[in-house]
Amino acid sequence: MSAELSTEQQAQQPEEMVLAKAINAALHDELTADEKTLLIGEDIGALGGVFRVTDGLQSRFGTDRVIDSPLAESGIVGTSIGMAMRGYRPVAEIQFDGFVFPAFNQITTQLAKMHNRSDGAITVPVTIRLPYGGSIGSIEHHSESPEALFAHTAGLRIVAPSNPHDAYWMTRQAIVCDDPVIILEPKRRYWLKGPVDRQNPAPDAFTAQVVREGADATIACYGPLVPVALAAAEAAAQDGRSIEVVDIRSISPLDDETIARSAAKTSRLVVAHEAPTFGGFGAEIAARAAEKAHGRLRSPVLRVGGFHMPYPPSKQEHRYLPDIDRMLEAVDRSFSY
Amino acid sequence: MNAVQPIQLLAPEGTLSENETYSPYIAALSDEDLRSLYRNMALERRLDAEATSLQRQGQLALWVPALGQEGAQVGTIAALKPSDMVFPTYREHAMALYRGITPEELITQFRAVAHAGWTPEKYNFHLYTVVLGAQTLHAAGWAMGIAQDLRTGSVPRGRQEDEIVLACLGDGASSQGDVHESMVFAGSYGLPVLYFIQNNHWAISVPTSTQSKAPLAARAGGYGFEGVRVDGNDVLGSYAVAAHMAEQIRSGQGPKLIESVTYRIGAHTTADDPTKYRSADEVERWKAQDPLDRYRTWLTAQETADEGFYQQVEEEAEDLAAELRRATLSIEAQPLEEVFDTVYAEPHRQIEAEKAWLKDYEAGFAEDGDKA
Repeated sequence: MSAELSTEQQAQQPEEMVLAKAINAALHDELTADEKTLLIGEDIGALGGVFRVTDGLQSRFGTDRVIDSPLAESGIVGTSIGMAMRGYRPVAEIQFDGFVFPAFNQITTQLAKMHNRSDGAITVPVTIRLPYGGSIGSIEHHSESPEALFAHTAGLRIVAPSNPHDAYWMTRQAIVCDDPVIILEPKRRYWLKGPVDRQNPAPDAFTAQVVREGADATIACYGPLVPVALAAAEAAAQDGRSIEVVDIRSISPLDDETIARSAAKTSRLVVAHEAPTFGGFGAEIAARAAEKAHGRLRSPVLRVGGFHMPYPPSKQEHRYLPDIDRMLEAVDRSFSY
Repeated sequence: MNAVQPIQLLAPEGTLSENETYSPYIAALSDEDLRSLYRNMALERRLDAEATSLQRQGQLALWVPALGQEGAQVGTIAALKPSDMVFPTYREHAMALYRGITPEELITQFRAVAHAGWTPEKYNFHLYTVVLGAQTLHAAGWAMGIAQDLRTGSVPRGRQEDEIVLACLGDGASSQGDVHESMVFAGSYGLPVLYFIQNNHWAISVPTSTQSKAPLAARAGGYGFEGVRVDGNDVLGSYAVAAHMAEQIRSGQGPKLIESVTYRIGAHTTADDPTKYRSADEVERWKAQDPLDRYRTWLTAQETADEGFYQQVEEEAEDLAAELRRATLSIEAQPLEEVFDTVYAEPHRQIEAEKAWLKDYEAGFAEDGDKA
């Protein structure tokens, strides 16, 4: 008898794994749970995807359920819509954030509107996996944060996990959801390790969570910036400041109640994302928090994000992306009012 | 443009020619079937005229005339099985009526009281798609679903194992990237899709020659499947070519393409003025090739239909037009509450909050009214 645990035994207890592996496990478990679930994307089969997120799934589930597509993003999303209309649950991988734009029309004019324009007769439970964000030292079009463009489109749900356990459960919850869901996968955190408990579900994917309690100010962010905010809170604690961190998790729907409750409690709110602040999703959060926590705030809601420029050459991305210091600078400013 | 003669069985003069491949499909049609082709073309022509009038009278937001394309549409849809899924453009009125979609359901979108008027699965006829070519990818995806159903032995209840998909588009949409991607997917996976391009010569004001210097049917070869040109104003030729291709697709031969060469006699939409970009002579030339006229000439000469039949069809068409007018004027707008309710299939907190806000806001006006 082997001393190694069987797959089933391993699944019984929390397991340390990297975020990419957690998504792989979620896809594996949904492919197992529902034969109508299919994966489609570029290079997701034999290669296992350029980030190896789908590693081993094609050999396990076959080429008909883990489908290597032609190199055509609009085709990937458009055919996923057709398969979903037929009763399937396609999980489409777009290789990089910057390559989602050829599919933008299918996502915004077709996928997002289909349930509504059919008066509810058609559901399109398509999940789009989108590796997003910067800090990977790549060339242009590989570090984008397009969430505001999709958040502005009614009919889409958008979530962004920040840790392996959430990544596992939010992926599964996205797939079983009857609405189209875009999962913004924080690609620079693919190799972030953490416990994944496949028996105990994470909170509802479409809610925000307070991931660190604090009293003096709140930092709200999602995806790759959550570990940055936690580190900023840790650094602030050394200086005697108590920072609360809200992991927003879901961009649409937005759990504005949880964010506003935290802001009202600490009286200061800093919102952070990698995307440019100008016209960014942080503005939506700031407006809602200002309205809901009005009278409890001792400072305007401040935003930390990218600049109003195309994503810069990655040799300069360390100056562009919000980091611990940029977050703490905003916290300091919120104390200056 | 490269002159590849379209397949034609019934000439504009109303004479039928023999074709080894296609004539047997016509020979297999009963007199009843043959009369039905005429009836369906005539019904659409009358409905189209009524809808155009309704728009001119301010009763419709828009109408998209299909005048002149009745032969292409009726011949093709008649060659399919009712169980075959159709992904139409926004001009497939003859096909929609053929499948049983009611005047009220058809006019709903153009009255702008709801985005769609029918349930697609009831008629195996998807909603009209307004963003050009987008539906061709849905058709390919649907066909991927058919293929997977067959592989796993899980054809859904109510659907048939030999189902094929009709993907409609026009000469303008043939330039869209989505159409290219759809044909790439269909070719690569050997999908059961029949692409049906109605080349009506004009994409609003731009001629087909701006979309392509080669016949659109020739594009199929680049994707590894067969494309055929047919005279779209010949309802019998349209029927036979579609029947032949559907049969081959059903036998597992993968996708096929039909370029149906026809002509849009009317405007692109009621918002268009075709006199600005095409000559009256050109329109007259095409009117001389009218699909109904030539078919009626032939039907009469064959003694398959007589004046009594035509009279009966005319009366039915008048009833249909009256029903369209009645439906247009009486159909109620979908309430905004229902629009809220179908944005998502599952609860969404922002939608719920906005719906509740609107209710309170409007209730405030009602209270003011009560006081006044």
